[in-house]
Amino acid sequence: MLTARNLSKRFGAKRVFARVDVSLDAGGFLLVTGPNGSGKTTLLRVLAGLAAPTSGELQLPAREVIGYLGHDPLVYRELTPLENLQLFGRLYRVPERRERIGMLLERFGLWDVRHDRVSTFSRGMQQRLGLCRVLLHDPALLVLDEPFNALDAEGAALLDETLVELSSRALVVATHDPDRVERLATERLVFG
Amino acid sequence: MFGARTRGGVTYFADVGALARKDLLLELRAKETVPAMLLFVLSTLTIFHFALPRGTGHVAALGLLWVALVFTALLGLTRAFVPEREQGLMDALVLAPCDRSAIWLAKVLAVLAFLGLAELVALPAFAAFFSGLDGRTIGAVALADVGIAAVGTLTGAMAVAGRARELILPLLFLPLAIPVVVGGVGASAGAGGRYLAFLVLYDAVFGLLAWAAFEYVVSET
Repeated sequence: MLTARNLSKRFGAKRVFARVDVSLDAGGFLLVTGPNGSGKTTLLRVLAGLAAPTSGELQLPAREVIGYLGHDPLVYRELTPLENLQLFGRLYRVPERRERIGMLLERFGLWDVRHDRVSTFSRGMQQRLGLCRVLLHDPALLVLDEPFNALDAEGAALLDETLVELSSRALVVATHDPDRVERLATERLVFG
Repeated sequence: MFGARTRGGVTYFADVGALARKDLLLELRAKETVPAMLLFVLSTLTIFHFALPRGTGHVAALGLLWVALVFTALLGLTRAFVPEREQGLMDALVLAPCDRSAIWLAKVLAVLAFLGLAELVALPAFAAFFSGLDGRTIGAVALADVGIAAVGTLTGAMAVAGRARELILPLLFLPLAIPVVVGGVGASAGAGGRYLAFLVLYDAVFGLLAWAAFEYVVSET
Protein backbone atom coordinates (compact mmCIF):
# COMPACT_ATOMS: atom_id res chain seq x y z
CA MET A 1 0.00 0.00 0.00
CA LEU A 2 2.63 2.51 1.10
CA THR A 3 6.39 2.09 1.04
CA ALA A 4 8.96 4.75 1.79
CA ARG A 5 12.69 4.16 1.95
CA ASN A 6 15.31 6.57 3.21
CA LEU A 7 12.93 9.48 2.75
CA SER A 8 14.15 12.97 3.46
CA LYS A 9 12.81 16.47 2.96
CA ARG A 10 14.56 19.82 2.95
CA PHE A 11 13.27 23.35 2.50
CA GLY A 12 16.37 25.07 1.15
CA ALA A 13 19.11 24.57 3.71
CA LYS A 14 16.68 23.49 6.43
CA ARG A 15 16.33 19.76 6.96
CA VAL A 16 12.76 18.85 7.91
CA PHE A 17 13.27 15.10 8.31
CA ALA A 18 15.76 12.53 7.12
CA ARG A 19 16.11 8.77 6.62
CA VAL A 20 12.49 7.89 7.24
CA ASP A 21 11.45 4.33 6.39
CA VAL A 22 7.78 3.36 6.30
CA SER A 23 6.08 0.24 5.11
CA LEU A 24 2.35 0.02 5.58
CA ASP A 25 -0.14 -2.51 4.26
CA ALA A 26 -3.90 -2.73 4.58
CA GLY A 27 -4.65 -3.14 8.27
CA GLY A 28 -1.54 -1.20 9.29
CA PHE A 29 -1.67 1.86 11.53
CA LEU A 30 1.31 4.22 11.60
CA LEU A 31 1.31 6.55 14.60
CA VAL A 32 3.46 9.65 14.10
CA THR A 33 4.30 11.69 17.18
CA GLY A 34 6.65 14.51 18.03
CA PRO A 35 6.74 18.13 19.15
CA ASN A 36 5.59 21.09 17.09
CA GLY A 37 7.83 21.83 14.14
CA SER A 38 9.42 18.38 14.13
CA GLY A 39 8.26 17.63 10.58
CA LYS A 40 5.12 15.53 11.17
CA THR A 41 2.87 17.59 8.92
CA THR A 42 5.45 17.71 6.13
CA LEU A 43 5.90 13.93 6.32
CA LEU A 44 2.15 13.41 6.15
CA ARG A 45 1.90 15.70 3.12
CA VAL A 46 4.62 13.65 1.45
CA LEU A 47 2.87 10.38 2.34
CA ALA A 48 -0.41 11.74 0.96
CA GLY A 49 1.27 12.61 -2.34
CA LEU A 50 0.87 16.35 -1.83
CA ALA A 51 4.57 17.14 -1.56
CA ALA A 52 7.60 15.54 -3.12
CA PRO A 53 10.42 14.19 -0.95
CA THR A 54 13.84 15.72 -1.52
CA SER A 55 15.36 12.25 -1.71
CA GLY A 56 14.45 8.64 -1.10
CA GLU A 57 12.05 6.19 -2.63
CA LEU A 58 8.30 6.50 -2.23
CA GLN A 59 5.59 4.22 -3.52
CA LEU A 60 2.03 5.43 -3.08
CA PRO A 61 -1.30 4.06 -4.24
CA ALA A 62 -3.36 5.95 -6.83
CA ARG A 63 -4.65 9.24 -5.51
CA GLU A 64 -8.30 8.19 -5.69
CA VAL A 65 -7.73 5.77 -2.81
CA ILE A 66 -5.97 8.31 -0.57
CA GLY A 67 -7.92 10.30 1.99
CA TYR A 68 -6.11 13.28 3.53
CA LEU A 69 -7.14 15.46 6.44
CA GLY A 70 -4.78 18.35 7.12
CA HIS A 71 -4.72 20.92 9.91
CA ASP A 72 -7.71 22.54 8.18
CA PRO A 73 -10.84 20.51 7.43
CA LEU A 74 -10.45 21.40 3.71
CA VAL A 75 -14.07 22.35 3.10
CA TYR A 76 -15.56 25.50 1.55
CA ARG A 77 -16.81 27.76 4.33
CA GLU A 78 -19.44 29.51 2.22
CA LEU A 79 -21.01 26.23 1.12
CA THR A 80 -23.21 23.96 3.20
CA PRO A 81 -22.06 20.49 4.36
CA LEU A 82 -24.33 18.96 1.73
CA GLU A 83 -22.91 21.12 -1.07
CA ASN A 84 -19.34 20.41 0.03
CA LEU A 85 -19.86 16.66 0.11
CA GLN A 86 -21.78 16.66 -3.18
CA LEU A 87 -18.89 18.50 -4.83
CA PHE A 88 -16.20 16.18 -3.47
CA GLY A 89 -18.40 13.15 -4.02
CA ARG A 90 -18.59 14.02 -7.71
CA LEU A 91 -14.87 14.72 -8.00
CA TYR A 92 -14.08 11.40 -6.27
CA ARG A 93 -16.62 9.50 -8.39
CA VAL A 94 -18.49 8.19 -5.35
CA PRO A 95 -21.35 5.90 -6.35
CA GLU A 96 -24.69 6.15 -4.54
CA ARG A 97 -23.51 9.55 -3.45
CA ARG A 98 -26.72 10.70 -1.84
CA GLU A 99 -26.97 7.69 0.46
CA ARG A 100 -23.29 7.81 1.36
CA ILE A 101 -23.43 11.53 2.16
CA GLY A 102 -26.57 11.09 4.23
CA MET A 103 -25.02 8.23 6.18
CA LEU A 104 -21.84 10.20 6.97
CA LEU A 105 -23.71 13.36 7.97
CA GLU A 106 -25.92 11.30 10.29
CA ARG A 107 -22.98 9.51 11.78
CA PHE A 108 -21.03 12.68 12.55
CA GLY A 109 -24.07 14.54 13.87
CA LEU A 110 -24.32 17.05 11.02
CA TRP A 111 -27.57 15.94 9.37
CA ASP A 112 -29.69 18.62 11.05
CA VAL A 113 -27.32 21.38 9.91
CA ARG A 114 -26.73 20.02 6.41
CA HIS A 115 -28.23 23.15 4.80
CA ASP A 116 -26.36 25.64 7.01
CA ARG A 117 -23.23 27.37 5.82
CA VAL A 118 -20.00 25.95 7.20
CA SER A 119 -18.89 29.48 8.14
CA THR A 120 -21.51 29.42 10.91
CA PHE A 121 -20.04 26.22 12.41
CA SER A 122 -17.73 25.89 15.38
CA ARG A 123 -14.22 24.59 14.64
CA GLY A 124 -15.21 21.21 16.04
CA MET A 125 -18.19 20.91 13.69
CA GLN A 126 -15.96 21.87 10.79
CA GLN A 127 -13.56 19.12 11.82
CA ARG A 128 -16.43 16.63 11.82
CA LEU A 129 -17.28 17.75 8.29
CA GLY A 130 -13.63 17.40 7.32
CA LEU A 131 -13.78 13.80 8.52
CA CYS A 132 -16.93 13.21 6.45
CA ARG A 133 -15.08 14.56 3.40
CA VAL A 134 -12.11 12.26 4.01
CA LEU A 135 -14.28 9.17 4.45
CA LEU A 136 -16.63 9.99 1.56
CA HIS A 137 -14.82 7.93 -1.07
CA ASP A 138 -13.93 5.15 1.36
CA PRO A 139 -10.16 5.51 0.89
CA ALA A 140 -7.84 2.54 1.31
CA LEU A 141 -5.09 4.81 2.72
CA LEU A 142 -6.05 7.47 5.27
CA VAL A 143 -3.57 10.18 6.19
CA LEU A 144 -4.86 12.15 9.16
CA ASP A 145 -3.00 15.10 10.64
CA GLU A 146 -4.21 15.82 14.18
CA PRO A 147 -7.68 14.38 13.50
CA PHE A 148 -8.80 14.95 17.11
CA ASN A 149 -8.17 18.69 16.77
CA ALA A 150 -11.05 20.79 18.11
CA LEU A 151 -13.35 17.80 18.58
CA ASP A 152 -15.42 17.72 21.76
CA ALA A 153 -15.66 14.54 23.87
CA GLU A 154 -18.53 13.18 21.80
CA GLY A 155 -16.78 13.93 18.51
CA ALA A 156 -13.54 12.38 19.73
CA ALA A 157 -15.39 9.25 20.86
CA LEU A 158 -17.02 9.04 17.42
CA LEU A 159 -13.63 9.27 15.78
CA ASP A 160 -12.24 6.59 18.12
CA GLU A 161 -15.04 4.31 17.04
CA THR A 162 -14.53 5.17 13.38
CA LEU A 163 -10.80 4.46 13.52
CA VAL A 164 -11.54 1.00 14.94
CA GLU A 165 -14.02 0.37 12.10
CA LEU A 166 -11.37 1.44 9.62
CA SER A 167 -8.86 -1.08 10.91
CA SER A 168 -8.83 -2.95 7.60
CA ARG A 169 -7.49 0.17 5.85
CA ALA A 170 -3.97 1.58 6.04
CA LEU A 171 -3.86 4.54 8.40
CA VAL A 172 -1.23 7.19 9.07
CA VAL A 173 -2.14 9.39 12.03
CA ALA A 174 -0.13 12.25 13.51
CA THR A 175 -1.26 13.38 16.92
CA HIS A 176 -0.19 15.17 20.06
CA ASP A 177 -2.38 12.79 22.01
CA PRO A 178 -0.79 9.39 21.26
CA ASP A 179 -2.45 7.67 24.24
CA ARG A 180 -5.76 8.00 22.45
CA VAL A 181 -4.77 5.77 19.52
CA GLU A 182 -1.76 3.89 20.92
CA ARG A 183 -3.73 0.64 21.19
CA LEU A 184 -4.46 0.72 17.43
CA ALA A 185 -0.91 1.44 16.28
CA THR A 186 1.05 -1.26 14.50
CA GLU A 187 3.98 1.03 13.60
CA ARG A 188 5.38 4.08 15.36
CA LEU A 189 7.45 6.99 14.21
CA VAL A 190 8.71 9.42 16.83
CA PHE A 191 10.06 12.77 15.61
CA GLY A 192 12.30 15.21 17.45
CA MET B 1 -20.47 0.95 6.65
CA PHE B 2 -17.11 1.83 5.11
CA GLY B 3 -17.60 -0.26 2.03
CA ALA B 4 -18.42 2.15 -0.79
CA ARG B 5 -16.74 1.56 -4.14
CA THR B 6 -15.70 4.24 -6.59
CA ARG B 7 -16.29 4.03 -10.29
CA GLY B 8 -15.41 6.07 -13.36
CA GLY B 9 -17.75 7.40 -15.97
CA VAL B 10 -18.29 10.89 -14.64
CA THR B 11 -17.21 13.06 -17.50
CA TYR B 12 -14.59 15.77 -17.58
CA PHE B 13 -17.21 18.38 -18.33
CA ALA B 14 -19.37 17.28 -15.43
CA ASP B 15 -16.36 17.91 -13.16
CA VAL B 16 -15.84 21.32 -14.78
CA GLY B 17 -19.54 22.09 -14.32
CA ALA B 18 -19.52 21.10 -10.65
CA LEU B 19 -16.40 23.15 -9.93
CA ALA B 20 -17.62 26.21 -11.86
CA ARG B 21 -21.00 26.01 -10.12
CA LYS B 22 -19.15 25.98 -6.81
CA ASP B 23 -17.22 29.16 -7.74
CA LEU B 24 -20.39 30.96 -8.85
CA LEU B 25 -22.20 29.88 -5.69
CA LEU B 26 -19.34 31.12 -3.52
CA GLU B 27 -19.46 34.52 -5.23
CA LEU B 28 -23.23 34.67 -5.05
CA ARG B 29 -22.99 34.20 -1.28
CA ALA B 30 -19.85 36.17 -0.45
CA LYS B 31 -20.48 38.98 -2.99
CA GLU B 32 -16.86 40.04 -2.82
CA THR B 33 -15.42 39.92 -6.32
CA VAL B 34 -18.05 41.24 -8.73
CA PRO B 35 -19.09 44.31 -6.67
CA ALA B 36 -15.42 45.23 -6.26
CA MET B 37 -14.83 44.86 -10.01
CA LEU B 38 -17.91 46.96 -10.80
CA LEU B 39 -16.91 49.72 -8.43
CA PHE B 40 -13.36 49.69 -9.74
CA VAL B 41 -14.21 49.86 -13.43
CA LEU B 42 -16.86 52.56 -12.94
CA SER B 43 -14.53 54.64 -10.78
CA THR B 44 -11.73 54.28 -13.31
CA LEU B 45 -13.91 55.30 -16.23
CA THR B 46 -15.21 58.27 -14.22
CA ILE B 47 -11.65 59.36 -13.41
CA PHE B 48 -10.68 59.02 -17.08
CA HIS B 49 -13.74 61.03 -18.06
CA PHE B 50 -12.67 63.97 -15.92
CA ALA B 51 -8.94 63.53 -16.49
CA LEU B 52 -9.08 63.61 -20.28
CA PRO B 53 -9.08 67.07 -21.84
CA ARG B 54 -12.18 68.06 -23.78
CA GLY B 55 -11.96 67.10 -27.42
CA THR B 56 -9.78 64.03 -26.84
CA GLY B 57 -10.12 61.65 -29.76
CA HIS B 58 -12.17 58.45 -29.79
CA VAL B 59 -9.07 56.29 -30.27
CA ALA B 60 -7.38 57.68 -27.15
CA ALA B 61 -10.53 57.03 -25.14
CA LEU B 62 -10.65 53.45 -26.46
CA GLY B 63 -7.08 52.95 -25.24
CA LEU B 64 -8.17 53.95 -21.77
CA LEU B 65 -11.11 51.55 -21.95
CA TRP B 66 -8.64 48.70 -22.49
CA VAL B 67 -6.50 49.88 -19.57
CA ALA B 68 -9.60 49.91 -17.35
CA LEU B 69 -10.66 46.43 -18.49
CA VAL B 70 -7.24 44.83 -17.97
CA PHE B 71 -6.90 46.22 -14.45
CA THR B 72 -10.49 45.27 -13.60
CA ALA B 73 -9.67 41.74 -14.72
CA LEU B 74 -6.55 41.81 -12.56
CA LEU B 75 -8.67 42.75 -9.56
CA GLY B 76 -10.96 39.78 -10.22
CA LEU B 77 -8.01 37.45 -10.72
CA THR B 78 -6.47 38.37 -7.36
CA ARG B 79 -9.66 36.99 -5.79
CA ALA B 80 -9.96 33.91 -8.00
CA PHE B 81 -8.15 31.46 -5.73
CA VAL B 82 -8.88 33.12 -2.38
CA PRO B 83 -11.20 30.35 -1.05
CA GLU B 84 -8.68 27.66 -2.01
CA ARG B 85 -5.78 29.64 -0.54
CA GLU B 86 -7.37 30.69 2.74
CA GLN B 87 -8.75 27.27 3.59
CA GLY B 88 -5.96 25.16 2.08
CA LEU B 89 -8.48 23.65 -0.32
CA MET B 90 -6.10 23.28 -3.20
CA ASP B 91 -4.80 20.16 -1.40
CA ALA B 92 -8.26 18.61 -1.44
CA LEU B 93 -8.83 19.49 -5.10
CA VAL B 94 -5.41 18.29 -6.21
CA LEU B 95 -5.88 14.95 -4.46
CA ALA B 96 -9.21 14.32 -6.18
CA PRO B 97 -8.92 11.84 -9.04
CA CYS B 98 -10.42 14.23 -11.58
CA ASP B 99 -8.27 15.74 -14.32
CA ARG B 100 -6.56 18.74 -12.74
CA SER B 101 -7.12 20.86 -15.81
CA ALA B 102 -10.84 20.70 -14.94
CA ILE B 103 -10.02 22.91 -11.93
CA TRP B 104 -8.42 25.45 -14.30
CA LEU B 105 -11.24 25.35 -16.83
CA ALA B 106 -13.89 25.81 -14.13
CA LYS B 107 -12.01 28.81 -12.74
CA VAL B 108 -11.69 30.26 -16.25
CA LEU B 109 -15.46 30.00 -16.69
CA ALA B 110 -16.08 31.69 -13.35
CA VAL B 111 -13.59 34.48 -14.11
CA LEU B 112 -15.22 34.93 -17.53
CA ALA B 113 -18.64 35.23 -15.90
CA PHE B 114 -17.39 37.84 -13.41
CA LEU B 115 -15.58 39.79 -16.12
CA GLY B 116 -18.64 39.63 -18.38
CA LEU B 117 -20.82 41.02 -15.60
CA ALA B 118 -18.38 43.89 -14.99
CA GLU B 119 -18.33 44.66 -18.71
CA LEU B 120 -22.13 44.63 -18.94
CA VAL B 121 -21.94 47.75 -16.81
CA ALA B 122 -18.58 49.11 -17.99
CA LEU B 123 -19.28 49.21 -21.74
CA PRO B 124 -22.53 51.21 -21.52
CA ALA B 125 -20.79 53.48 -19.00
CA PHE B 126 -17.96 54.03 -21.48
CA ALA B 127 -20.45 54.79 -24.22
CA ALA B 128 -22.16 57.33 -21.95
CA PHE B 129 -18.91 59.01 -20.81
CA PHE B 130 -17.03 58.98 -24.11
CA SER B 131 -18.49 57.68 -27.36
CA GLY B 132 -20.42 54.73 -28.72
CA LEU B 133 -18.88 51.30 -29.25
CA ASP B 134 -19.05 49.36 -32.48
CA GLY B 135 -19.45 45.61 -32.96
CA ARG B 136 -15.71 45.16 -33.58
CA THR B 137 -14.83 46.57 -30.18
CA ILE B 138 -17.42 44.42 -28.43
CA GLY B 139 -16.15 41.36 -30.32
CA ALA B 140 -12.58 42.24 -29.38
CA VAL B 141 -13.57 42.60 -25.71
CA ALA B 142 -15.23 39.17 -25.78
CA LEU B 143 -12.16 37.57 -27.37
CA ALA B 144 -9.82 39.38 -25.01
CA ASP B 145 -11.83 38.13 -22.03
CA VAL B 146 -11.14 34.54 -23.02
CA GLY B 147 -7.38 35.12 -23.22
CA ILE B 148 -7.31 37.16 -20.02
CA ALA B 149 -9.26 34.52 -18.10
CA ALA B 150 -7.12 31.66 -19.47
CA VAL B 151 -3.75 33.24 -18.77
CA GLY B 152 -4.87 35.04 -15.63
CA THR B 153 -6.20 31.87 -14.02
CA LEU B 154 -2.91 30.08 -14.60
CA THR B 155 -0.87 32.97 -13.21
CA GLY B 156 -3.34 33.25 -10.33
CA ALA B 157 -2.68 29.61 -9.46
CA MET B 158 1.09 30.24 -9.65
CA ALA B 159 0.75 33.21 -7.35
CA VAL B 160 -1.24 31.20 -4.79
CA ALA B 161 1.76 28.95 -4.24
CA GLY B 162 4.09 31.86 -3.56
CA ARG B 163 4.54 34.02 -0.51
CA ALA B 164 4.26 37.53 -2.02
CA ARG B 165 1.21 36.54 -4.04
CA GLU B 166 -0.29 40.03 -4.34
CA LEU B 167 2.96 41.13 -5.94
CA ILE B 168 3.53 38.06 -8.07
CA LEU B 169 0.18 38.03 -9.87
CA PRO B 170 0.50 41.44 -11.57
CA LEU B 171 4.16 40.75 -12.35
CA LEU B 172 3.25 37.51 -14.10
CA PHE B 173 -0.06 38.54 -15.61
CA LEU B 174 0.51 42.05 -16.97
CA PRO B 175 3.38 41.20 -19.37
CA LEU B 176 1.30 38.30 -20.72
CA ALA B 177 -1.70 40.63 -21.15
CA ILE B 178 0.21 43.08 -23.38
CA PRO B 179 -0.69 41.20 -26.61
CA VAL B 180 -4.35 41.30 -25.54
CA VAL B 181 -4.18 45.09 -25.23
CA VAL B 182 -2.36 45.35 -28.57
CA GLY B 183 -4.99 43.20 -30.25
CA GLY B 184 -7.90 44.88 -28.51
CA VAL B 185 -6.81 48.44 -29.26
CA GLY B 186 -5.93 47.45 -32.83
CA ALA B 187 -9.34 45.88 -33.40
CA SER B 188 -11.19 48.81 -31.78
CA ALA B 189 -9.21 51.48 -33.60
CA GLY B 190 -9.96 50.39 -37.11
CA ALA B 191 -7.86 47.51 -38.42
CA GLY B 192 -10.52 45.08 -37.20
CA GLY B 193 -10.17 41.73 -38.96
CA ARG B 194 -6.43 41.32 -38.62
CA TYR B 195 -6.41 42.12 -34.91
CA LEU B 196 -9.48 40.03 -34.17
CA ALA B 197 -7.70 37.10 -35.81
CA PHE B 198 -4.67 37.90 -33.66
CA LEU B 199 -6.86 37.72 -30.54
CA VAL B 200 -8.32 34.40 -31.68
CA LEU B 201 -4.78 33.07 -32.14
CA TYR B 202 -3.73 34.37 -28.72
CA ASP B 203 -6.74 32.69 -27.09
CA ALA B 204 -6.03 29.39 -28.83
CA VAL B 205 -2.28 29.28 -28.14
CA PHE B 206 -2.29 30.61 -24.59
CA GLY B 207 -5.49 28.78 -23.70
CA LEU B 208 -3.95 25.49 -24.76
CA LEU B 209 -0.67 26.24 -22.98
CA ALA B 210 -2.43 27.23 -19.77
CA TRP B 211 -4.69 24.15 -19.92
CA ALA B 212 -1.69 21.86 -20.32
CA ALA B 213 0.51 23.66 -17.79
CA PHE B 214 -1.97 23.86 -14.91
CA GLU B 215 -1.26 20.30 -13.78
CA TYR B 216 2.41 21.20 -13.20
CA VAL B 217 1.61 24.47 -11.48
CA VAL B 218 -0.60 22.94 -8.80
CA SER B 219 1.25 19.70 -8.12
CA GLU B 220 4.53 19.47 -6.33
CA THR B 221 4.83 15.74 -6.85
